[in-house]
Amino acid sequence: MSEQAIIREAEVENQQHESVPRLSYGFELRRRDFFKLLGGGMLVCACAGPVLAQESGGRRHNDDDELPQNISAWLHIGEDGAVTVYTGKVEMGQNVRTSLTQQVAEELRAPLDSISLVMGDTALTPYDMGTLGSRTTPTMGPQLRNVSAAARESLIDMAAQRWAADRAKLQASDGRVTDTGSNRSISFGELTKGQELVKLVGDDPVLELPDQWKIAGTSTPKINGRDFVTGKHQYTSDFSLPGMLHGKILRPSAFRATLKWLDTSAAEKIPGVKVVHDANFVGVTALDVWTATKALKAIRAEWSAPQQSCEATLFQDVRKPTTKESDNSGGPPRITGGSVEQGLSSADRTMKQTYTVAYIQHIPLEPRAAVALWENGKLTVWTGTQRPFAVRDELAEAFRLNQDKVRVMVPDTGSAYGGKHTGETAIEAARLAQAAGKPVKLVWTREEEFTWAYFRPGGAIDVHSGVQKDGKVTAWQFDNYNSGPAGMKPPYAFANQHIEFHPTDAPLRQGSYRGLAATANHFAREVHMDELAELVKIDPLALRMKNLSDARAQACLEAAAKAFGWGLQKNSATRGFGIALGEEKGSYVATCAEVEVQSREVRVKRVVEAFECGAIVNPDGLRNQVAGAIMMGLGGALFEAIHFDNGRILNPHLTKYRVPRFSDMPQIDVVLVDRKDIAPAGAGETPIMALAPAISNAIFAATRIRLRSLPMVPDGLPAKSA
Amino acid sequence: MPSTLLVNGTEHQVEVPPDTKLLYVLRDTLGLTGTKYGCGEGMCGACTVLLDGRPTRSCQAPVSTVIGKKITTIEGLEQKGQLHPVQQAFLKVEAFQCAYCTSGMIMSAVGLLARNPSPSDDQILTAIEGNVCRCGTHPRILEAVRQAASGKKV
Repeated sequence: MSEQAIIREAEVENQQHESVPRLSYGFELRRRDFFKLLGGGMLVCACAGPVLAQESGGRRHNDDDELPQNISAWLHIGEDGAVTVYTGKVEMGQNVRTSLTQQVAEELRAPLDSISLVMGDTALTPYDMGTLGSRTTPTMGPQLRNVSAAARESLIDMAAQRWAADRAKLQASDGRVTDTGSNRSISFGELTKGQELVKLVGDDPVLELPDQWKIAGTSTPKINGRDFVTGKHQYTSDFSLPGMLHGKILRPSAFRATLKWLDTSAAEKIPGVKVVHDANFVGVTALDVWTATKALKAIRAEWSAPQQSCEATLFQDVRKPTTKESDNSGGPPRITGGSVEQGLSSADRTMKQTYTVAYIQHIPLEPRAAVALWENGKLTVWTGTQRPFAVRDELAEAFRLNQDKVRVMVPDTGSAYGGKHTGETAIEAARLAQAAGKPVKLVWTREEEFTWAYFRPGGAIDVHSGVQKDGKVTAWQFDNYNSGPAGMKPPYAFANQHIEFHPTDAPLRQGSYRGLAATANHFAREVHMDELAELVKIDPLALRMKNLSDARAQACLEAAAKAFGWGLQKNSATRGFGIALGEEKGSYVATCAEVEVQSREVRVKRVVEAFECGAIVNPDGLRNQVAGAIMMGLGGALFEAIHFDNGRILNPHLTKYRVPRFSDMPQIDVVLVDRKDIAPAGAGETPIMALAPAISNAIFAATRIRLRSLPMVPDGLPAKSA
Repeated sequence: MPSTLLVNGTEHQVEVPPDTKLLYVLRDTLGLTGTKYGCGEGMCGACTVLLDGRPTRSCQAPVSTVIGKKITTIEGLEQKGQLHPVQQAFLKVEAFQCAYCTSGMIMSAVGLLARNPSPSDDQILTAIEGNVCRCGTHPRILEAVRQAASGKKV
């Protein structure tokens, strides 16, 4: 997928989520600000897009020189040899702090422990759209490798100059430049001492090829892993400032409700409690969480809410076209080719089916949290978000501040899964802190997470297809209502297809979730492929192979089937085997599932998943991600669903919303396909996409019951196809 | 009136209402933030601490009920710079992703191994069933507890 296509998809996603894509206004960076902040040494900046390599530096240079606006990452080598890398990406469990550090170490030839990453700090790191869409590895990875390679070459130049040596005989390794001719060597820090050197690089330095990697491509343990097993790591929710108060927010009785009447007198009598009331916003601050919670309970309020739709009519409601004007000039995403009509008429058999997915929640174990501090008209907020710059802009807008008066910092976060794109917690904490005149920490409760965050969209997908007796699919009409366009494009070579996303006015606030709608679209497509295989009595694996021309997809599918032992065991009434394929964002997944059915209870016994995302940066970290996606995906596949009625969430508690637990864990085998000849793609999302259809297909293989709705078995196996 | 709490071998005088949940005393009063809030209803295990050696949900325990008991939090496991075997195993197996659940997982496992040094897989799974990991690190967490247990037998 091209960069433009991915950006377009991200824009569609953002629109769909009511979160306006923010502009990068750039910022004026001056050399002197940098060196004042970082100390002397060498600064190497990566520019997005083609830029002629430029160099400036030495003591004579004008301190007011502005750096270009399109910088995407930068790296500083201090006079002590310490390497600090600045990136707007954030760490939330996907392990990019480690994988990016490995890539810097690889190209710079510096020890891992000499490198530290400053991530997601709007005052220190370059603008970044957000840590989303599996983009960190394919975009930030090469940018950091670029700056690192450029820095290495500069250091070699500097050593050659200093020694008046033959540059060809100099090598960089382990944080030093060595002259292989004379065996003398000098550390990076000694080379940059006394310098204030700035180097700009474009997209085109010569990089080490993945098959030459020594540090990248290995299973480097998680950076600072020890801080996580000792409880030392400070997530946003653990952070505290001197004099800090704790906040709580009064939530409306339903979505879209307005405040009619409020009595805060009882709460205000509690020592240390302050109530903040501003239009529909009501919150409290107190010296501790427990008191703030009690104060909140003491507030009496009446709300008025409009009549709203209910879950029972969701799959009819999503078929109503949106009333909102789309500002997406290309219209809703659509993929077409050939003629579906002709394809249907040339088919031996045709089929029409509808698939649905429920609204679900991310439930990041660390709830949304923010600590806000006002100082001299400037606002600083620590918060766990995937989009620090977008949250900065939301804060600037909410408080009518210039962007340069707002700083957002993101401590390594307790997971997000696409659920932490927005800044409501940051805004709420900042409003409380503004009123209290003291820093305030706000941590959402689990119930707030379940209700006032956004959801993975529910939706319906219609598929109308035609197939020949030999398994060749001749027609593919695919219409997605509300759940989203991601992953609609089949990995198959369908000659006649019409694929379209239909936006609607969603009943609930919805947004991205690991893989976006690709999970829903893969579910519909891959279950439907299984239905076609059944229709023409062809093995599901063979039918898929028959329609594939993409060699990477074929190889991935074969790898999974081989490791699983596809076809070696026979389906029975109590045991079924299913397979599914996926491709998204430059990576490929194939999943095989074995299920056991005892009366109405369905258990996923074994999952074998092959995954290919080009060259692997950290094999162990990747295995962790892939197995994690399988475990997480079990929930949405089998039992997770948000229930709602008339603007209220009916099950906003873990007691009423089942998440995967140890007792749900199947045997998981991850097969990694390492393609050292292909640039690395991201891996956070695609591994979740083929699980649900593989399970549905396995359930069918055992029971002849076809499950076309996610979740499939919230109350056990249904009596008939559903 | 101040209450005396025995946390990680040290006595602390705290002045909080008796119905305050232990979780908030640990985190906000004593600054022991390794113990996490996850759900506030005892359903996720992120807040697990040991009370006289038994894994307990600190978000459910009013401070008045823990006076006189030995409270152990994740911060109390490391001894003289030496990680507890369960911590070592989690680190070695890399049994975490975002790691927000890790403290609670480790405390549940430490509680299990203290009363049953050689648990079966089923016993391990039962002991940690109440702990939620949203990143899906379950297979590695099971493996880490297994390794910690087998290491102890040696």
